[in-house]
Amino acid sequence: MLRSTLVAVVTLTLYLLDSVEDELELSAVRHRPEGLEQLEAQTRFSRKELQILYRGFKNECPSGVVNEDTFKEIYSQFFPQGDASTYAHFLFNAFDTDHNGSVSFEDFVMGLSILLRGTVQEKLNWAFNLYDINKDGYITKEEMLDIIKSIYDMMGKCTYPILKEETPRQHVEIFFQKMDKNRDGVVTIDEFIDCCQNDENIMRSMQLFENVI
Amino acid sequence: MAAGVAAWLPFARAAAIGWMPVANLPMPVAPTNKNKHQDELIILNVSGRRFQTWRNTLDRYPDTLLGSSEKEFFFNEETREYFFDRDPDVFRSILNFYRTGKLHYPRYECISAYDEELAFFGIIPEIISDCCYEEYKDRKRENTERLMDDLEDNKDSKLPNMTFRETMWRAFENPHTSTMALVFYYVTGFFIAISVITNVVETVPCGSTPNQRDIPCGERYTEAFFCMDTACVMIFTVEYLMRLFAAPSRYRFMRSVMSIIDVVAILPYYIGLVMTNNEDVSGAFVTLRVFRVFRIFKFSRHSQGLRILGYTLKSCASELGFLLFSLTMAIIIFATVMFYAEKGSSSSKFTSIPASFWYTIVTMTTLGYGDMVPKTIAGKIFGSICSLSGVLVIALPVPVIVSNFSRIYHQNQRADKRRAQKVQKARLARMRISKSGSSTAFLHSKRNGLNQSLELTLPYYKMKLSPQGSLEEDQQMKKTTSLLESQHHHLLHCLEKTTNHEFVDERLYEQGYLQTALQNFPSRSPSLSSEEGITGTCCSRRTKKNMQPLSATHTHSHTHNLQELSALHIQCGEQQPLNTSRSSLNLMSDESGSLNCKSSGLVTTAIISIPTPPSNNSRASPDAPPPPNPDAPPLPNPGTDVVKISAL
Repeated sequence: MLRSTLVAVVTLTLYLLDSVEDELELSAVRHRPEGLEQLEAQTRFSRKELQILYRGFKNECPSGVVNEDTFKEIYSQFFPQGDASTYAHFLFNAFDTDHNGSVSFEDFVMGLSILLRGTVQEKLNWAFNLYDINKDGYITKEEMLDIIKSIYDMMGKCTYPILKEETPRQHVEIFFQKMDKNRDGVVTIDEFIDCCQNDENIMRSMQLFENVI
Repeated sequence: MAAGVAAWLPFARAAAIGWMPVANLPMPVAPTNKNKHQDELIILNVSGRRFQTWRNTLDRYPDTLLGSSEKEFFFNEETREYFFDRDPDVFRSILNFYRTGKLHYPRYECISAYDEELAFFGIIPEIISDCCYEEYKDRKRENTERLMDDLEDNKDSKLPNMTFRETMWRAFENPHTSTMALVFYYVTGFFIAISVITNVVETVPCGSTPNQRDIPCGERYTEAFFCMDTACVMIFTVEYLMRLFAAPSRYRFMRSVMSIIDVVAILPYYIGLVMTNNEDVSGAFVTLRVFRVFRIFKFSRHSQGLRILGYTLKSCASELGFLLFSLTMAIIIFATVMFYAEKGSSSSKFTSIPASFWYTIVTMTTLGYGDMVPKTIAGKIFGSICSLSGVLVIALPVPVIVSNFSRIYHQNQRADKRRAQKVQKARLARMRISKSGSSTAFLHSKRNGLNQSLELTLPYYKMKLSPQGSLEEDQQMKKTTSLLESQHHHLLHCLEKTTNHEFVDERLYEQGYLQTALQNFPSRSPSLSSEEGITGTCCSRRTKKNMQPLSATHTHSHTHNLQELSALHIQCGEQQPLNTSRSSLNLMSDESGSLNCKSSGLVTTAIISIPTPPSNNSRASPDAPPPPNPDAPPLPNPGTDVVKISAL
């Protein structure tokens, strides 16, 4: 009993003195994208544009894939006043088409190709996919509420007018009033695309980011 | 904006398409890339060594030399490259900053050379990343101290305009500054020594009278010792009062350790004076004499090492505490064991566990007086284990304390620890400012009305409402925001439109919050009246009329543009804000002068918000001059209206 006490005392002391614990970082997953020609064929970007995109991508994520935390961090840097992590989460799921928990350069560039060079139909499709959190083909009010709340979260606290509790909910109501034609409480892809194509504001704003790259 | 992720801005903007179907307002126009050239390599020739990088890489940090147009000054037409006549080695780390977003400080570089290069290229040292920042700060601190020491050596004479009090304080703190101070220093040291020696000698038995017992000197030569004591206490009292007088902050001085020691050293004497010839308390009086030994601590003013020792003990409090705790644990364990082991033997000294404590302590510290020894075999075995483990338990925390002492000793050679903390706070504050610069940049550009020119649906409203003279200002301001920044601002602007809320800065948010809190209006015509809060400029997108900014005040009459009204129409279910927004046509209000209106920059001291009632009847003519500042008369509105004056 004494010896065990002694050993306990000594180990306790040694542990307390040994403050530095090296934790070996598990080596990162590495991923190399497909060749330039293949990507050129699959997306609507030119060779030069793909080069620029890849350089930026690789700079920020040397391992070649983005995991969700890095994604959130990067996206949050553009919105310093608010909390962009929830919306980034939804975005991540929208970009991560094969749902493997990480966004590779191919996923990234395919998503961008749709967003920047796609037809209006494709863009609206993409947006629908973003809103449909559980990917069941219907947008329910709860899903929409989550999305809209996350967008409002990005504004942060210091807004004018002051953000009230019911503002996101009202926003959802307006959205559903506009989109849900048959009043069944969900928005399907056809209702969505139909309605957006009839709204000229939305049409115009879809063309907004043509010249981003 | 966080320039490190500038490459991802296109992605963020593309992702903004996700907001479009949700938004109810039209989006602003995107800024166009006027000089759209393909990304090109540029050559930076630094003293003959050529570096090459993409132009976009340098554009990430537009407020540095290389990222702004300032580098055009260094462009060499014949060789088509940028030539800098600077150190190429340091330039390597500077260029890496653009590439990776992290600034490293190479250890082999001289600190002042590095600082100069950073200053030349317009990079603030606070961005140095955490891996190298400690080293940088340490070197910088050493350097400044070295410079200061050199300065101080040259600065012998006292400053001409120091008051007598300041001179005295300086003399007390640094005895080397003047001869008088040195004399004082040695005199007090001498008297401390005298006092301590007196206390010691007082108890020595000297001389024997015909009685059996030797009496101590103190009782033999009572008056002599008393005179000596009085003299010392006089000197100490005078010294203490002089220090108290000279101290710049008397309260802080009285709380400091040294002054407490001073007081404790002289107090017993005075207490003794008061309580003499009272047999009851003479016992207590004798105890008080013990405190006279505190006078020896006064030596710590004279010895740097003693101060450091005291400081070490204070800072190693946790290690000392651990030592104490482990010792206590071991003592209790061993004492218990010894007690039960020796219980059997007769006439054993181990009468109880507390009695065994003494044995355990003496054994563990390897003193071994021998007044208590175990007699049974079991007792002897456990006793030897006790002494072996004692060595270990005591030996282990001691190196920690020793290393702490040496570290602090070395540290004390350099700067004060407190200064380092202040610097760290300042650094964090500066980094926070530069990070928040992104959001304030957006708000700033909003105020300057740059966003206003990006409205999609403004064909029938005038673009610029301010007088012609400021048009050029606007264009200049447009140039200074880089393309990256304007794209980022466009993105934030889209978000505002999507949510139909605006970004404001903290101050104005609090004002708005306060006003809504104060509002006790059932119809809740609230923060609309505080809407002036943010965009007070003449050119804000709310104002669509020809306003002449007044010279005396900067009150503006606000109207909502029809577009906004229609938007509100769609959006909200409540009618009240809509009506009040209409009736805010009547609204003449002042706003806080903190807003940067182009016409004037006066600062008011109050915000008067006059909420309007729900029903809108009269339409004041838009050209009616707004009322002057704080004494704005209440508008002729019927019903319940509350004129709130919130002072800033």
